Amino acid sequence: MANGVMTQTQHVSFLAEKGFKSWILTTDHKRIGILYLITISFFFMIAGLMALGMRYELMTPELDFFRTPTEYNVAFTLHGSLMVFFFIVPGIAASFGNFLIPLMIGARDVAFPRINLLSFWIYLVGTAILLSALLQPADTGWTFYTPYSIQTGTKVILITLGVFVLGFSSILTGMNFIVTIHKLRAPGMTWDRLPLFIWASYATAILQLLATPVVGITLLLLIAERTFDIGFFDPAKGGDPILFQNFFWFYSHPAVYIMVIPAFGIISEIIPVFARKPIFGYKAIAYSSFAIAIISFFVWAHHMFVSGISETAAAIFSFLTMLVAIPTAIKVFNWTATLYKGSIEFHSSMLYAMSFIVLFTVGGLTGVYLGALAVDVHLHDTYFIVAHMHYVMIGGTVMGFFGALHFWYQKWFGKVFNELIAKAAWFLIFVGFNVTFFPQFFMGYQGMPRRYATYPVEYVSYHSLSTYGSWILGLGILIMTVNLLLPLMRKGQPESSNPYGSLSLEWQVPSPPPHENFKEIPTVTDWTYAYGKK
Amino acid sequence: MSTWIPESASNLAASVDNLTLFITIVSVFFFVLISAVLVGFAIKYRRKSEDQETAYITHNQLIETIWTIIPTILLMVIFVWGWVAFKELRNPPAEAIEVNVVARQWLWEFEYFTGKKSLNELFVQQNKPVRLIMRSEDVIHSFFVPQFRVKQDILPGSYTQLWFTPTKVGTFDLLCAEYCGSGHSKMLAKVNVLSPESFARWEKRDEFEDGAAVAAISTSPAERGKDLYSQRGCLACHSIDGKEVIGPTFKNLYGRTETLEDGSSVLVDENYLRESIYEPQAKMVKGYPPSMPSFKGILPEDEVTALIEYIKTLK
Repeated sequence: MANGVMTQTQHVSFLAEKGFKSWILTTDHKRIGILYLITISFFFMIAGLMALGMRYELMTPELDFFRTPTEYNVAFTLHGSLMVFFFIVPGIAASFGNFLIPLMIGARDVAFPRINLLSFWIYLVGTAILLSALLQPADTGWTFYTPYSIQTGTKVILITLGVFVLGFSSILTGMNFIVTIHKLRAPGMTWDRLPLFIWASYATAILQLLATPVVGITLLLLIAERTFDIGFFDPAKGGDPILFQNFFWFYSHPAVYIMVIPAFGIISEIIPVFARKPIFGYKAIAYSSFAIAIISFFVWAHHMFVSGISETAAAIFSFLTMLVAIPTAIKVFNWTATLYKGSIEFHSSMLYAMSFIVLFTVGGLTGVYLGALAVDVHLHDTYFIVAHMHYVMIGGTVMGFFGALHFWYQKWFGKVFNELIAKAAWFLIFVGFNVTFFPQFFMGYQGMPRRYATYPVEYVSYHSLSTYGSWILGLGILIMTVNLLLPLMRKGQPESSNPYGSLSLEWQVPSPPPHENFKEIPTVTDWTYAYGKK
Repeated sequence: MSTWIPESASNLAASVDNLTLFITIVSVFFFVLISAVLVGFAIKYRRKSEDQETAYITHNQLIETIWTIIPTILLMVIFVWGWVAFKELRNPPAEAIEVNVVARQWLWEFEYFTGKKSLNELFVQQNKPVRLIMRSEDVIHSFFVPQFRVKQDILPGSYTQLWFTPTKVGTFDLLCAEYCGSGHSKMLAKVNVLSPESFARWEKRDEFEDGAAVAAISTSPAERGKDLYSQRGCLACHSIDGKEVIGPTFKNLYGRTETLEDGSSVLVDENYLRESIYEPQAKMVKGYPPSMPSFKGILPEDEVTALIEYIKTLK
């Protein structure tokens, strides 16, 4: 597919240079990707431990693990804020986006390598603020709803300030990726030949650029209200609490797609390689990412159907919510159809990709329940929402993220993990995830409200089942992590730079790639997905 | 399915459940279809040899059009159905009986058009539509009765409303569904749906008889106090096992000497406890937020007596 290719033996890896300075001052997109990967994984682990603590508390109806309800409330606030703002929003976009975008389009780096480093530093400042906030955590939930977030005695300002600072990192990264994709594509890498991960990253970058400022402003207003007593949101000061919800979801709904669209891109990369088939309906997948990105700006009030918004507003937002389901459904059909008449290899990353399809389908279909107005009234703020959201975020994004880790592992780190253990860990994660979250759909329909430190005794069997599931899930993730960390401490390198036979450009360079990726910029002559072309 | 869905006890429950059933049928169909095709392909086209033949298929206009149109139609049906049912949920009939609801951290007050009041217990009549006019004293709360399939956020600074016609006599849990702070999961109350005869009897009763109704099921004041402790929402802020929640724990409270905000001290006796229920801010114990509302006009004297007797037993 491309010339200018180096062999596996004759290169110096981008990982070769050692020392703290070589990392913290690096402008190499692959190194910056690793820095993000380490930070987001750290927050994923912390927030995951919080979740295990919460599930342990919920084994029984009464408070027995945490000392006070406030401790439980702090735990779910930190779990949600860390997972959303520090893991899953920057997550795939910043880690794999950084690593893959220049490699996939045939560029030596992103368009603005120093701004890229700046984004990471801003991200670090945000995390530093957040870590100090951990000492005096808030209890508002990750949604910071007013007027509770204005009236509560816990410390809200630090955590929101951390999220505010983080926003700048997200905006700069989005801008950087858009320019990179426009300007640095290799000769012959036309829009209709681009890998779908690039299309997905582009759609994500637009969302980051346009939606993030809104949440920044909103949190700033919240801080101003708490600090200077200006009445924006608290009716006691003449403000409007619903205004906050409108502002917040105007960002946070598109943010859901910032979280999940990159995973769509990853799935679209993994499946064709292991099915040895062209992706089915390339244009439909590429354009549907954009359709989702655009429509997602106009569905925010479906989080507010019981907040007292007008019937007309509710109807419009319900209609638009149904519309966003269509491109999503199309993608699922396309991925499934790609397998038809293929030659399928069940690599661990393929198992994650296939479980993504199944679990994301559950997440998507249960979203239809919530888009239907009358049903949403009953289900809103119950465990049905908790389950739906985790099917999209874990079943979708995290499965995509784990799939990506296993798929590009050799390429990125130049090491090989134990495939058998990887498959075993996948199995535990798949089973544990479903045992944890599937019962929550039923519990929610029966009326169990979310964010309850204690609960009526009739829900106990669902809750304890869910807690057992969380242990299986936790064990699976632990095994996976160890399996991926161990090879990094050992010597050795992969036998081949392209073990799975991918046609994408990143597999045509050595593993790990050299600094600046390509000795000569390759010329692209064919479609990225031309598997089995006669 | 009947064990998976909560009892339906209002006129609105059936239409919500019917739509849920329809979406479930559609969802199960597509889920089974996608899973079966995925697993089927995975088995049929698994790699048996390295040089296995694959087909070069990039797209198919017809099938892609079909699988765009069918979900679109189904989604539009679900949208319209959901909207029609939602209109019913949102528009109370003119003859609905009005009840004023005040939600606050962390209890529910109900005021009826006859002037009667009740705390953490809503009394409604079977087969008579009720319209709740709700406001919050502090943060956002949400009125949720799963058996009625109704939910509505309650806002500070404006009124929201909700209506239903209870169809079954019985007692149902009322849960706060919008996170409202440390007492959120204890902000529970009961909806008592009474038959027309019992409702008429309840309307005529005064508050003292109300307490007597509680007395009928308990034997001693302390036991009545134990029931009232959870029914009237004390448990949201006061533990009975020594844990500090929001307010002081009731354990070993009676007979203790407390230090007040102004540095003076007070012996916790019957009169101090009574005053602290009716005028909580009169003598504040040091180190606690002034967040307790007054229960004057809400808790009758005999209930306060019963609560004090109960607190005395917590050693």
